[in-house]
Amino acid sequence: MWRDALLVAGKDLRIEGRSRVALNQVLPFAVLVLVLFAFALDPDRGVLVRAAAGLYWVAVLFSALLAVQRSQAIESGEGTRDALRLSGLDPAGVFLGKAGAVAVQLLVLEVLLGLGVVVLYGVEPAGLGLLAVTGLVATAGLAAAGTLYGVIAAGLRVRETLLPLLLLPVLAPVLIAATRVSETALSGASAGVPAGSWLVLLVTFAVLYLGFGVVAFGPLLEDG
Amino acid sequence: MDPAVRLRSAVCLLGRFPALAGLDLDVSRGEVVAVEGPNGAGKTTLLRALAGLVPVHEGEAEVLGLDLRRSRRRVRARVALLGSTGGLYDDLSVADNLRFWARAAGRPQSAADEALAQLGLDGRLADVAVGRLSTGQRRRTALAALVARNSELWLLDEPHAGLDAAGRDLVDSLVVGASRRGATVLLVSHELDRAAALASRRVTITGGRATASGALGRMHPAGPVDVLPGEPEVAGVA
Repeated sequence: MWRDALLVAGKDLRIEGRSRVALNQVLPFAVLVLVLFAFALDPDRGVLVRAAAGLYWVAVLFSALLAVQRSQAIESGEGTRDALRLSGLDPAGVFLGKAGAVAVQLLVLEVLLGLGVVVLYGVEPAGLGLLAVTGLVATAGLAAAGTLYGVIAAGLRVRETLLPLLLLPVLAPVLIAATRVSETALSGASAGVPAGSWLVLLVTFAVLYLGFGVVAFGPLLEDG
Repeated sequence: MDPAVRLRSAVCLLGRFPALAGLDLDVSRGEVVAVEGPNGAGKTTLLRALAGLVPVHEGEAEVLGLDLRRSRRRVRARVALLGSTGGLYDDLSVADNLRFWARAAGRPQSAADEALAQLGLDGRLADVAVGRLSTGQRRRTALAALVARNSELWLLDEPHAGLDAAGRDLVDSLVVGASRRGATVLLVSHELDRAAALASRRVTITGGRATASGALGRMHPAGPVDVLPGEPEVAGVA
């Protein structure tokens, strides 16, 4: 399973390296979202700083949608889904590989967006350790749930429009929890927000969707 | 030894439509069989069913000694299907595509490199993205992926389509080579002369059933079991 996961992740990342869809489309989109928020809230810079964590994770969430759609589009070429099913690859490995590739792209994007938040919103970077842990765990959840719902929507003709409808409500807990923990990290430990319980929620979400994906991806790939 | 393919009253439903409607078929290991029939007869569905991509809803189905219904994943790992679509990643180079599919099948990278050379795709073409290839080059790449897998059962759906004369000759030599190595080949082709030259036997499918089977040049109507016991021309029929 792990060998197959590495193989699939390597393939997806190599495709991204050649096509540069994430670099040329997803990243500019995410930066644009941050800039638009800055325009909208600039008259009251205090609001922008206070809302920075939430705005950051909304931008990440929208970008995750695009990354998941791109990940599934890779497999929607002529006959590639059949070839994948015939390949002998462990479906659990395919799931982990595809989720892993999405996660790697999102992590890079999150670092760049974090720099954008510091520059555009004037946020003082603090609590970097907690931010890093939040980013890792939230990204695992986003990538796992996104890959799972991506393969569910893949077989449908209206997949491009249906996927956001399916996925955004599911990812709402990640958005809320990651925002709360990020607020704590940015404002220091004195904020009084129970970051630990939100972090537990993020970990639980990621573990649940990774586990569910490992089990369910095979049958879903068959039906897609 | 188990036959490579054994179907008894096999039914495959596409929605409610019986694409295979009680098909009987035996293919011995190492045999090359041409599958013929009009459009919509069920030829492609037969190949996809044998590859485990379409479920067999009724009847018995064994591929390479494995029950297709119970061991679909194990069957898939041992067969190779060349469909009308290539199953290639447009954004990956020819070489990267072959290496990925070879490694996915548990084959070393050298198998992909050998297939590249065998199909004349080494050199400059190896680094070109598949999406930039011509139809013929793309077809060659798909064939190379098939060769790199080194499967026991080759299921070829119109393998000559989109290829020039040299490419079609190359397909023929690949089929002959695979058969010599002991692989079994089922070949769907509208190029009847080429198929006849390659195959030891042909099966005609009409309306999802085998309506004739026999050595080339001696076709017989198929009965409930569409193999012909005692026919010396029919290689390895059960």
